[in-house]
Amino acid sequence: MIAGVMMIIGLLAIIAQFATHHEQTWSNLLMNNFMFMGMALCATFFLAVQYVAEVGWSAVIKRPLEAMGQSLPVAGGIMIVIIALGGHHLYHWMDAELFDPKSPKYDEIIAGKSGFLNPTFFWIRVVAYFVIWTYFAKLFRKNSMLSDEGDGVGYWRKNRAAAAKFLVLFAVTESTMSWDFVMSVDTHWFSTLFAWYTFSGIFVTSIAALVFTVTYLKSKGYLQEVTEHHLHDIGKFMFAFSIFWTYLWFCQFMLIWYSNIPEEITYFMLRQDHYRGLWLASFFINFITPFVILMTRDAKRKLYLLMGMSIVVFIGHWIDTFVMIIPGSMITAGHHAAEGAAHVAEHGEAAISIGSIGLMEIGTTIGFIGLFMYLVQHYLSKSPLVAKNHPMMEESLHHAI
Amino acid sequence: MSASTKKFVYGIFNDDEVVLNAIGSLRKKGLKVKDVISPFPIHGLDHELGLDRTRISICAFLYGMTGMSLALLMIWYMNIFDWPMDIGGKPSYAFYKNLPAFIPVTFESTVLCAAHGMVITFLLRSKLLPGVEPNVIHPRMADDHFVMAIQIKDDSEIANVEAQLKSAGAVEFINK
Repeated sequence: MIAGVMMIIGLLAIIAQFATHHEQTWSNLLMNNFMFMGMALCATFFLAVQYVAEVGWSAVIKRPLEAMGQSLPVAGGIMIVIIALGGHHLYHWMDAELFDPKSPKYDEIIAGKSGFLNPTFFWIRVVAYFVIWTYFAKLFRKNSMLSDEGDGVGYWRKNRAAAAKFLVLFAVTESTMSWDFVMSVDTHWFSTLFAWYTFSGIFVTSIAALVFTVTYLKSKGYLQEVTEHHLHDIGKFMFAFSIFWTYLWFCQFMLIWYSNIPEEITYFMLRQDHYRGLWLASFFINFITPFVILMTRDAKRKLYLLMGMSIVVFIGHWIDTFVMIIPGSMITAGHHAAEGAAHVAEHGEAAISIGSIGLMEIGTTIGFIGLFMYLVQHYLSKSPLVAKNHPMMEESLHHAI
Repeated sequence: MSASTKKFVYGIFNDDEVVLNAIGSLRKKGLKVKDVISPFPIHGLDHELGLDRTRISICAFLYGMTGMSLALLMIWYMNIFDWPMDIGGKPSYAFYKNLPAFIPVTFESTVLCAAHGMVITFLLRSKLLPGVEPNVIHPRMADDHFVMAIQIKDDSEIANVEAQLKSAGAVEFINK
């Protein structure tokens, strides 16, 4: 019900943006869908890690993880529609003239990247990502559902074998995915740390979504198998990966800040000059808040405190994703709009467009959260909340730390 | 555990499950189970004994803060005060503007002090530092046997306590 209302709000916000030719429309869609996709993807990743590492305690929270992963085909469909229709507003390199040496717009740096950033290879990659991810997300869930009827150990072994394959593929696809969807927004710029940085961001968002799902279900009287010991463990993941995100955020920033090379520093110049508040806010919300509040053992064991912190972490990483994507994509969107209106001839180089956070942006996000909530609820309601024949269920039920 | 002021009867067990279950049943019978010594961690033992949570995390925080303060003071003195450095081609000579460059050293120093401080504190509290005479109650207590310490008021209780320990599964007894 709430999810439905949220989806309607989101849909209205998106329609309003198209109707008013809002410059930030495509950027908003890309950024929110990227987070939505990231939550589903990293939930599947986390699930695969549980199988490969033969983890016992997490057996009771596997169903919420499986349900979260089922959003991948929807996220993939939306992503393909966004890039197919709005790619020129988002990615500078999608302009074919940049690669033509005779064109006045020829860009030597971008042309040098044409081996990787060309439309054919890009679309092959994008389709491959979602096919691979969806296949494994569905497979894990299918085996888990089948184990309810029969041989728990046998299906668990099948999932473990699949999880090992998935993790190898994930390592590659997550890296290239972060370059394709996020880093190529700032086409001239690159960072060798970017895949890790993106991973840490979407992973901690995914853990926050898991914490919210589990605590919400528990507060409503479902999933009573989850004790404060399990909450403590997922709380630790949220705490630890917030620190991990900070580590990578700082690594990337510090090395670029220190070496002060013009082609690298532009990335942070743009963010410091025009998005200083958000850029710093993402650091403080994502680092200081979890660090101080989730530090103690008792804090990680309180249901409502954890639920509140999951919302804080989500907001923090929403801002972080905003600062990752919007500054670059808005420049492309601005160029595109200016060319469409033939302003370039009159005014020369158009002034750069700056993204902002308004009702439209928040509305779009509410819509995507609603969609995610709806899908998670839908898949959770189709199966028992706990996989009863899971070989490590007894261990998980008696988990104590 | 000084033998001169307090008297103990030690029950030696050879199974971790037995010693874990014995704590509750012996306490119900009125015995003062003070401690259990085990060669490896037994799951749920802290809870059964009713021990307080370890305070080593508070120590870690204090040691970490010490390490952080020392590192920042050192860097400020070396690179800002005593010999102002042009860091990364940005000659600001201000501590806060150069802070990103100082974070790695500060982090390492924090971790170094916290980790070493914790280890040394742990060894001190466990009487494991070199030169400290270890309190060996039973030669196999660090190998495959478990020691349960029961406090007694005077020697008249020994026979009763030993009988209780025997019924709970102890294989040997030592009084000191």
